[in-house]
Amino acid sequence: MMLAAGMLAVLAATALLVARAAVGPTVFDRLVAANTLGNAAILILAIYGFLTDRPEFLDIGLVYAMLNIIGTFAVLKFLRFGALGHAGEEEP
Amino acid sequence: MTVEMIRQWLGGGLVVVGGGFMLIGAIGLLRMPDVFTRLHAASVADTLGAGSILVGLMLIAGPTLVAVKLIFLALFFGLMSPVATHALARAALHAGVKPQLAEDGAIAAATAEEARPSTR
Repeated sequence: MMLAAGMLAVLAATALLVARAAVGPTVFDRLVAANTLGNAAILILAIYGFLTDRPEFLDIGLVYAMLNIIGTFAVLKFLRFGALGHAGEEEP
Repeated sequence: MTVEMIRQWLGGGLVVVGGGFMLIGAIGLLRMPDVFTRLHAASVADTLGAGSILVGLMLIAGPTLVAVKLIFLALFFGLMSPVATHALARAALHAGVKPQLAEDGAIAAATAEEARPSTR
């Protein structure tokens, strides 16, 4: 019952985040929304596992957390250098 | 009222509170005026909302392997979400997005958008 209420709140937050990702003027707004959206997806996965008494989804959640952070950094690196294979450079 | 019942109620309450924080963060992300204030709102959802939901689920799970997985997930959130926020803010600053200041009013956001049309 309370788990369902928490799940509904996270789902409503997801809808608002999708709206920001669709509207957001700069690419960084979209990226912030996408990062938070990934985290909300992990939380939905975790709560759904407890709702259905099968918390094995948490393994998928762990993998998805790592992919989420790597994806964010990959997009940021691509925006900065224009290529993912760039070795980077020292900060001035 | 056994310990088991108290644990279940406390866990459910923490999950609801965490959901509320996620909602607050999402509303902030939708309504804040520029990238940096939106990052501030997003970090509320990432740390407080996620942390509170995961601690609530830990209480419901009890001392099992599932709780260990939840602890790993909470640790990962607590370490990586500030790092992601920092990287996003620095990348936005490098790309020339100007923070909106009180003196400039609403004009700053418009000019920052004009200066970098390619980042749309």
